[in-house]
Amino acid sequence: MINLVRKQNPMPEQAPDVRNKNFLEVAEGYTEEMAINEAMRCLNCRKKPCVSGCPVNIKIPAFIAKVAEGDFEAAYNIISEDSSLPAVCGRVCPQENQCQGQCVHGKKGEPVAIGRLERFVADWHAANFGDVEIQPVESNGHKVAIIGAGPAGLACAGDLVNKGYEVTVYEALHKSGGVLVYGIPQFRLPKEIVAAEVAKLEAKGVKFVTDAVVGRAITVDELMKEEGYESVFIGTGAGLPSFMNIPGENYIGVCSANEYLTRINLMKAYLPEYDTPIQHADKIAIVGGGNVAMDAARCAKRMGASEVYVIYRRSLDELPARAEEVHHAMEEGVEFKVLNNPVQILGDENGNVRAIECVKMELGEPDASGRRRPIAIEGSNFEIPVDMVIMSIGTKLNTLILDTTEKLEANAKGGIGTDTAAATNREGIFAGGDAVTGAATVIKAMGAGKTAAAGIDDYLSSK
Amino acid sequence: MKRFEVTYKRRLNDNMVWLKIYAPLVARKARPGQFIILRTDEYGERIPLTMAGHNEEDGTIDLIYAAVGRTTMLMDQLEVGDCFADIVGPLGKPTEMDHLKKVCVVGGGTGNALAYPLATGMHDHGVKVDMIEGFRTKDLVILEEEFRAGVDNLYVVTDDGTYGEKMFTTAKLEELIQKGNEYDEIVAVGPPIMMKFVCEIAAKYNIPSVASLTAYMIDGTGMCGGCRCKIGEEDKFVCVDGPEFDGALVDWDDLIKRSNYYKDQEAEDRAHVCRLTGGVRYND
Repeated sequence: MINLVRKQNPMPEQAPDVRNKNFLEVAEGYTEEMAINEAMRCLNCRKKPCVSGCPVNIKIPAFIAKVAEGDFEAAYNIISEDSSLPAVCGRVCPQENQCQGQCVHGKKGEPVAIGRLERFVADWHAANFGDVEIQPVESNGHKVAIIGAGPAGLACAGDLVNKGYEVTVYEALHKSGGVLVYGIPQFRLPKEIVAAEVAKLEAKGVKFVTDAVVGRAITVDELMKEEGYESVFIGTGAGLPSFMNIPGENYIGVCSANEYLTRINLMKAYLPEYDTPIQHADKIAIVGGGNVAMDAARCAKRMGASEVYVIYRRSLDELPARAEEVHHAMEEGVEFKVLNNPVQILGDENGNVRAIECVKMELGEPDASGRRRPIAIEGSNFEIPVDMVIMSIGTKLNTLILDTTEKLEANAKGGIGTDTAAATNREGIFAGGDAVTGAATVIKAMGAGKTAAAGIDDYLSSK
Repeated sequence: MKRFEVTYKRRLNDNMVWLKIYAPLVARKARPGQFIILRTDEYGERIPLTMAGHNEEDGTIDLIYAAVGRTTMLMDQLEVGDCFADIVGPLGKPTEMDHLKKVCVVGGGTGNALAYPLATGMHDHGVKVDMIEGFRTKDLVILEEEFRAGVDNLYVVTDDGTYGEKMFTTAKLEELIQKGNEYDEIVAVGPPIMMKFVCEIAAKYNIPSVASLTAYMIDGTGMCGGCRCKIGEEDKFVCVDGPEFDGALVDWDDLIKRSNYYKDQEAEDRAHVCRLTGGVRYND
């Protein structure tokens, strides 16, 4: 039976003026009825454009058909064939540009809410079969080290352990999950979900070594020569935050989005029982327009700021953040000051931020990115009074692994160089995720981790 | 031995403590000048601390700290056999010493603990080391015997003259230079304001200087950017580019300003009831 309604079943959500004061999950998830109703919108079309839009090629129409039948566990098993982290991806993937962006429904109405269904299936499984004991996978005797317990590393570890590899994941922070725990806030991705995914991998036999900075405590070469790992996957993520290099960036009250989010998400500065210091500012400017900027802005609201501004040099149409994140931020009272570019940050006599000075921008001809180039309007400078500025303008690649691994080569962007199978120039060493591409998305990193797992399996089974 | 277990604890004076902690992965690679980041327990913040030494064979690292902040007060509650939640390292770049023949290391207060592995490490490396230990007053003097055994010449000074010579470290440094000591480098470890003046003296006599900086940081691998500081015209990260920098290039006023980022909050923290001490209220 096909549901011909052109609109998606809306996602139940906490009301904006309630949720902008708490860290509970914003989207509350479909009920069984909603999920079945939404699943029945899928036409199960022959071309399956959604599958090709998915970086890990989940068999989307097949799992949705099972949801429509009410066989949610079967749906979960279908997703699990291709994705290691469905509860995560259902929440944080930019589906509108991927699977849902390809859905034929999208031509005349709204695409099938694939992400919401994926999340529903994963949550249903966790609620009903989450405590089923997982048996360790029998070892095939080959040892693989993974560096970085973020989405790339976890996806790689999941695929390898399923094939019998003895996997050890080295993580620099004190908790596994990478950007899923330090970056993405609790209200978008509850940390319990990440912890459950990590626990599942541990149950299968993956070892996690936290507090281990590879490149400092131990090098990639030592892992291979001294610790007996036959192959290594490098999934160390994006790295160093960029600043604008404008005057005043070192005033007290200026920090990177990475720092602000890590204090809140990894180190739980929003909970009184944690010691983590954090600045409780009243007026906060976030510079940048990506998903990280949206996360920082929405956290700032929840930390009690009365005014939160997103300052972006192009217009709303060019915001790189997901439409849903922008929509949520606006609903929660974040003010978008678009077509403005900061030129300096102003401080008081004690060195604390007191304002950010911006220049107004207009859009000119399209630039290399295809987006219209922002041009400063001379003499249009003005000040916005703020007591904190959060820079969210991207990251530079961290060179620690490249610097400390013998003869490992970089790519043109300065990331770790790889071929299409995620192999580096060094035999047995693979890499993927932001460490290769620069900042991208969780699902792309997962896809890279899975590509590398396949590459490592090919390499070690043909050795 | 458990991961991050305290294996040794010695009180050096009223508020300074020497700990050895079992952290074999760190001890294996640790070099003078490098630091670690620690968390006392699940609720603790992450703080950086320069190592005061390490023993690869025992798998231990040495930390010497003054119980002045919330985390160091919590550290004070840990006894031999207790464990830290996390110790990550070694972080930062080791001290460069291959190019040196003779140096003067100037330590101020707690900074002397961090100067200890540097000075003795350089000495072991064949560098001639003069060490100036400076303290506010007699009760705060630490590591005198250890330094005496590990460097060529030790000079202890106090601000109030209650121990050693009554003078500032900067005056002692200038005196040694004027006496004809030819140093390849002056190394400053201590409060930023002392390091600033030590580096100014070095510059006055055209001697290269190196300062070991501390800053707020979270991960210690370059991810948060909280530790950025102005070095010459550039912004550098203390965690990955440092912690040691050319003293002539450090923008001291910027560094001192940034070191006060959470000052108000920390003062409030100390005045609050401490979680682990069961209701003891700390005051400055």
